[in-house]
Amino acid sequence: MTEDILQVRGLSTRFFTQEGQVNAVSDLDLTIERGEVFGIVGESGSGKSVTARSIMDLIEPPGEITEGEIRYRNADFAETVGDDHPGAVDGEFVNLLELPPAIRQSLRGTSFSMIFQDPESSFNPTLTVGEQLAEAVEVQRRASARPRSTRARTESEEYSLGSLMLSTVLPSKKYVSDESRERAIELLELVGIPDPVERADEYPHEYSGGMLQRAMIAQALAGEPDILVADEPTTALDVTIQAQVLDLLDDLQKETGMTILLITHNLGVIARMCDRVGVMYAGEIVERGSLTDTFDEHVHPYTEGLLGSVPDLEGANRRLQPIPGNVPTLLDHEMEDRCHFADRCPKAMEDCLDHPPEFDADERGDHEVRCVLAERDYDEGRALPPDYFDETERTAADKHADPDRTEEDVQPERTQSPVEDSGGGGL
Amino acid sequence: MSTDRSERPLVRVDDLQKYFWEQDSILDRLLGDEPVPVRAVDGVSFEIREGETLGLVGESGCGKSTTGETLLRLQEPTDGQVEFDGDNVYDLSGSELTDFRREAQVVFQDPFSSLDPRMTVGETVQQPLDVHEIGTDDERRERVRDLLERVGLSADQLDRYPHEFSGGQRQRIGIARALALEPEFIVLDEPTSALDVSVQAQVLNLLDDLQAEFDLTYLLISHDLSVIRHVCDRVAVMYLGEIVEIGPVQELFDDPKHPYTQALLESVPRASTDERDRDRETLAGDVPSPRDPPSGCRFRTRCPQVISPEELEIDQETYRELMTLRERVERRDISLETVGDEDQFDLDDGTVPDEDVPAFVEALRNRLLDTDLPAAHEEIVERALAELARGNWDEAAAQLREEYESVCERQNPDLGNGGHPAACHLYGEAADRHEGTEPLQ
Ligand code: SF4
Ligand code: SF4
Repeated sequence: MTEDILQVRGLSTRFFTQEGQVNAVSDLDLTIERGEVFGIVGESGSGKSVTARSIMDLIEPPGEITEGEIRYRNADFAETVGDDHPGAVDGEFVNLLELPPAIRQSLRGTSFSMIFQDPESSFNPTLTVGEQLAEAVEVQRRASARPRSTRARTESEEYSLGSLMLSTVLPSKKYVSDESRERAIELLELVGIPDPVERADEYPHEYSGGMLQRAMIAQALAGEPDILVADEPTTALDVTIQAQVLDLLDDLQKETGMTILLITHNLGVIARMCDRVGVMYAGEIVERGSLTDTFDEHVHPYTEGLLGSVPDLEGANRRLQPIPGNVPTLLDHEMEDRCHFADRCPKAMEDCLDHPPEFDADERGDHEVRCVLAERDYDEGRALPPDYFDETERTAADKHADPDRTEEDVQPERTQSPVEDSGGGGL
Repeated sequence: MSTDRSERPLVRVDDLQKYFWEQDSILDRLLGDEPVPVRAVDGVSFEIREGETLGLVGESGCGKSTTGETLLRLQEPTDGQVEFDGDNVYDLSGSELTDFRREAQVVFQDPFSSLDPRMTVGETVQQPLDVHEIGTDDERRERVRDLLERVGLSADQLDRYPHEFSGGQRQRIGIARALALEPEFIVLDEPTSALDVSVQAQVLNLLDDLQAEFDLTYLLISHDLSVIRHVCDRVAVMYLGEIVEIGPVQELFDDPKHPYTQALLESVPRASTDERDRDRETLAGDVPSPRDPPSGCRFRTRCPQVISPEELEIDQETYRELMTLRERVERRDISLETVGDEDQFDLDDGTVPDEDVPAFVEALRNRLLDTDLPAAHEEIVERALAELARGNWDEAAAQLREEYESVCERQNPDLGNGGHPAACHLYGEAADRHEGTEPLQ
């Protein structure tokens, strides 16, 4: 029996920049079942990273979640917070957006964990990797040793913050306990670091990129989270190392049954990992369904275009079918109330000038698509003239505030070694 | 791309080397530290025929970009030779060098940093024409307009600055600039790596069209095998500063010879619903440092097919594990202090007391190897680990080498000649000596 573990409802995340309000994520629904791997795929500026960070409560000014609910299913937790925050609780679900920041933060590591493209940001360079993993284990141990009350969890959070600061001051700090050290080594072994005993005593800079990525996964797993949010986890890695890390995530998921939300621009990674997929464009999920629904039976012309743009490793030298034009700006005052893909869509019709809702693509009801083609066939007689959008100046398209860019989520791909980096002047 | 190409090489690269030197500052010299070479490119040879696209593919640090920059003489080589249209590029000077700089252009990966932010697009594209004093002012401006339109931008965007353009548009500007002097040859260094996939497709199609229209010869440097597959006529695969395989694109992708090429191709996740059921063998380990590359074949520390001595009757996977163990012994990368339970073994002077050696060896062995070994090999390994317990690292390494040394570590395989050579002993003379080792498919 599958059950929903996370329900995102009507989520909107805006960035209030000098150029205006950027609608990074708009009215987004997302349902994730316990134990599945759900993938969100999209290009830069699609809002996929902002979605992940909204769920993790990592949106910072000028960004803000302006609307919506993030409902997390955890009966114990619902009971614990129910007294103080009855408005947030609905049966076994808790709407995280109704909770004070301290409590939301206390879920990090133990209920939700996140891994990023760039593992350096997750480690303190002055402590060994083993010590940092042991610390993560300790935080979890303290949290679960006490009754799951709000107070205890908040306190333990402060305590860990305090000891983290202490450890920064005293870089030679020993492990909190032998037990946590052993668990740290186990975690390194779990993520397939060869020679975990030796590696535990090394510092982050002594790790290769792929190993540090593994160590970050170990750190994220220390608290045995329900949901792992993986934001472009392999984008900075070379392809043979990417394959190792994907194998690892796959194995861990099968062993622990954890739920993974995987964010990536790489359709191959999606195909390799995911049960269900949401395709994002301009802050919305435009098509969602099983892997087969989206890859083989897609309805949305954007999904079609995305798949048509990927050069095929096996196939013959067919000409690529790119999507013309650029990503829209997402500036509120420039966004019209139409299908946001209409200006690039080869099948745009008059019907598309009203913002389409999500339609069911088939009878089964779990393949949904935000496109009028789900309801009616393309009709040339209703097609928009080719120059319809020309008066809207699109030249500078994606130069505008692109909140995803700040996390560099689409700046693939080549991790530069000093060797490759060196030299190379102008012409 | 068309198959009807002339066979004449436009570019001939012969044993090109490019080393960078570390610990080479004045302070290092005062302290008497020897400079350490980083062998970014270590003896590569290949030809690029007129009108073709040669792909150079490999992972970060393999030296592919350095190769591109060095053959354009944007960097001076450490050794080796590059001929362009029959002339040695490193001997050119004066007007000949100027001509070469016109004929051979480059497009870099990063459209965000390779354009001067203070120059308008028109100025950027026109700059090479000004430098080389081509035509009158009016002619230059006219040419810039043509170029911009040709790469899919509009001529009224001339007066805008790079920051006003998207990544894909900036890459088009970079391409227009590279085309300004009507070159014969363009090095495309990761030209689409910073772009979204839908925009990448636009740029790849554009490059294809331009090649046909202007008879261009390309060297495409990329880490992305799908892009290489799509665009190139022939491909060279690089690993740790060397070319390990080179051949026509379809042959190389359909029938990769070198174990590294095979692994690389297997590693790419396909964007298709069969992907989860695909059999794939993932390569273990990391790329070794180019400061201290492995002896013999540089891929041997990760190669699943590393060749065992003939008389050794042991399955391939176990042999691979033993070779990895040897590597660790040789690099002294095993921490003896942490063997066993807390304080179980007293290692004060780096050696284990005699009476503890058997228990120590057992604990260490179980930590280092997952598999059971045939009895004879179990004995060899335990003997070597007992040497470690007494602090004799060199002796342990020597014993293991004696038993397990591979031809792959003694000899660096040559790339060889022919239409599709691979630098691997499975295909050279060693393969004949070692019959029975079938290259995996
Ligand atoms: S709604 Fe219309 S414009 Fe939008 S994707 Fe569908 S067909 Fe194209
Ligand atoms: S020479 Fe040996 S180690 Fe190198 S690729 Fe061939 S089999 Fe593998």
